[in-house]
Amino acid sequence: MEAQAEKTTTAAPVNAETVNTVTGSDMTETQNVTGTQDQPAAHETKSHSIDISSMNRGDGAALSLEQETTCLEVRNMDLYYGQKQALFDVNMTIPKQRVTAFIGPSGCGKSTLLRSLNRMNDLVDGCRITGEINMEGRNIYDKNVDVAELRRRVGMVFQKPNPFPKSIYENVAYGLRIQGINKKRVLDETVEWALKSAALWDEVKDRLHESALGMSGGQQQRLVIARTIAVKPEVLLLDEPASALDPISTLKIEELIYELKDKFTIAIVTHNMQQAARVSDYTAFMYMGNLIEFGNTDMLFTNPKEKKTEDYITGRYG
Amino acid sequence: MRESFGSWARSGSPWVWLNAGAVAISVVMVIGLLVLIAARGLGHFWPASIMEAEVRSGDTTYHLVGEKVEVVSVPVEQVQSAGIELQSDKETVERYLIKTGNRDVYGSDFRWVLEPFVQEITYPENLIAVERREWGNFYGYLLALKEKGETVAVQAAGENSIWPEFEQRIERALNIHEEIYQIEKHDIGRINYTIERLRLKQRRLELDGKDSLSAIAEIDAERAVLNAEYEVLQKQLADLYVEANRDSFVAKAMNGSEIEVSLSKVVRAYQPNRMGVMEKMGFYGAKLWEFLSDEPREANTEGGIFPAIFGTVMMVILMSILVTPFGVIAAVYLREYAKQGFVTRMIRIAVNNLAGVPSIVYGVFGLGFFVYFLGGHVDEMFFPEALPAPTFGTPGLMWASLTLALLTVPVVIVATEEGLARIPRSVREGSLALGATKAETLWRVVLPMASPAMMTGVILAVARAAGEVAPLMLVGVVKLAPSLPLDGNYPFIHLDQKFMHLGFHIYDVGFQSPNVEAARPLVYATALLLVIVIALLNLSAIAIRNHLREKYKSLEM
Repeated sequence: MEAQAEKTTTAAPVNAETVNTVTGSDMTETQNVTGTQDQPAAHETKSHSIDISSMNRGDGAALSLEQETTCLEVRNMDLYYGQKQALFDVNMTIPKQRVTAFIGPSGCGKSTLLRSLNRMNDLVDGCRITGEINMEGRNIYDKNVDVAELRRRVGMVFQKPNPFPKSIYENVAYGLRIQGINKKRVLDETVEWALKSAALWDEVKDRLHESALGMSGGQQQRLVIARTIAVKPEVLLLDEPASALDPISTLKIEELIYELKDKFTIAIVTHNMQQAARVSDYTAFMYMGNLIEFGNTDMLFTNPKEKKTEDYITGRYG
Repeated sequence: MRESFGSWARSGSPWVWLNAGAVAISVVMVIGLLVLIAARGLGHFWPASIMEAEVRSGDTTYHLVGEKVEVVSVPVEQVQSAGIELQSDKETVERYLIKTGNRDVYGSDFRWVLEPFVQEITYPENLIAVERREWGNFYGYLLALKEKGETVAVQAAGENSIWPEFEQRIERALNIHEEIYQIEKHDIGRINYTIERLRLKQRRLELDGKDSLSAIAEIDAERAVLNAEYEVLQKQLADLYVEANRDSFVAKAMNGSEIEVSLSKVVRAYQPNRMGVMEKMGFYGAKLWEFLSDEPREANTEGGIFPAIFGTVMMVILMSILVTPFGVIAAVYLREYAKQGFVTRMIRIAVNNLAGVPSIVYGVFGLGFFVYFLGGHVDEMFFPEALPAPTFGTPGLMWASLTLALLTVPVVIVATEEGLARIPRSVREGSLALGATKAETLWRVVLPMASPAMMTGVILAVARAAGEVAPLMLVGVVKLAPSLPLDGNYPFIHLDQKFMHLGFHIYDVGFQSPNVEAARPLVYATALLLVIVIALLNLSAIAIRNHLREKYKSLEM
């Protein structure tokens, strides 16, 4: 890890150039595609490998896990669905106020791992977990942990938008009402703040009391994000949040993730490697229930340490 | 040809035709049923013309006045073998059922006559029909009007000069009757009810050993006030009765006998042969309204059926109120909290089978458990002052509603479970991920979204309960209830009272009535009304459900 982090500072530009040459994509064209934000639209390359430099990932300042504050720490975690083991001895830390992406082929356990971070797997019959996940030094799987309280602190957004059949306002206010907050002024303020944070306010401010089900898929997903951040969680878990959306909506969600990472710790599962490369600071690659490699995103995509990772990001399988 | 048939069969169109045919047959049957009961039932209220004729059969000859109610064809042979001499070259002969009324004069309302014997049929305009409070209709000629036994107006049979005067006096008598009704039913009814409650209060005090002199004196004082009120009303009533019985009319029946009837016994008088179509339609409307809004008369064969409509609706609403929470809670437990295993599966099977138990079995259970056991204990604990007269230890509205709630609870459970199973997992997870507990998720998201399914269950329950008669006969329905279960006397809704029910009314009027011919059209009319009441109850439930469905229509998965 140490070596990897050290390398990043110097090696990154060189590697980027190398990859660029391999994929044969045009630098200028890539920059043209780049929009007003620093997230470009998905760029099609002939190979499946990722043109990390074309992502135009901000300042290029090297990130290192050692310098991060740990938010969640997974230790020696095994997870079983009945007899079948789905996760094998996972060890990782999720750094605070960074975006951590989980990638890997279908069925590799990345969603399972994400869902165990706020104990959503408790709802699955026959799901069993050994090892521990620590949040602020406390195992969230302890017997006396209040699961509802945990989920309040670790919010989650699912693959498909799942707004409640209520008005837009009530959807966002739901989590607050659960906490017993019913003062109209507080609710109004929080709803406005959450909708603004989710970049949805301008689109819905005139129809807050209409049903949320009349919105488009992308709006619904942003509403769900607004609903989740309205309760001000510390961690935001995103389970393939853009997989059911069109490219424009996907772009908006990605912009949103970029905006939100100052306030929240974000963990995102995606099967779209470009997306992982675009939005994340750290990336974890999982394969067959094992965490294969975890580290700085630039490093993982440009200079993977593991053969399996390299095979996956260059499109040899998955 | 064979091949083309084969390909036709393979194309699937035979099945389409089969299905369409089945639907068509169902629709025809439903419409046919409705048309049949509507035609038979609604025709009853139309003022039929009164015919006058001579009937000559063999040596006897008599005068006939009445309404032709029914015409049937009978084989000539059958008539001849019954010993009636009849020469006819045809194979069948028509037989009329004539409603002659005047039960007090002839002993029966109806008689059958053979068409060939009826001669000189006329429809004289001045024939009158009088609906009376006892002895059924009267048909004949008006002869005279009397006031306090003295004749004030006379006309010969067949004239019509005193008809306006007659109508005026009937109007007056009806007004007085209405006053008497108000006093007897409401004022005196209220006083009797209050006196009875005072008696129970006193008895209660005695039982509790608190019957101090002052308490008793207080009750006596109240009673004295009520008795004084009662005396006043009684006097008022006596005066009114004298007034009501002041007038009477004399009329000639078809066999020539003259009868005198007090106007206080008259509901209405009319001359159907003189009426035009518009007048008849007005009369028809009035009769129909009377049927819907009035109380029954003459062993339920005349008058209206309002108490039965009221009882049915009231019972169904109470049943819905009881069954909905019961079924929903059971379904929520079974689906959301119970561990899905062998025991839960057995319970579910048992619940589903409960729906198939014959309803009379529920009636027996209701009588044994609710009425005798529960009711008996309720009486001992809460109403000892009324014993040995039972309060809840006797069939009544509450036990009937509870029995039907039990009968329909499986339907609600099954429908609600289906609804709960259809709520997408993602919505539940969305709520849980926001820090809601399972109970909060259920209460705030899942149950509202499942509410249309619950309403579907309630609709099915209502449809079943409203048509149920057999168990009700054991747990609370009576032929004639003296008062409605909802009135102005505290506590306003009387759950311990017996009530009338349309379904039982049909059975009673059709099969337990002393006057079968008079009752038959009422059977059809009541049946039609029962269908309409159930349809209305269902439609309102469906309207509520559709409203809810519109509100929670997210269930595209």
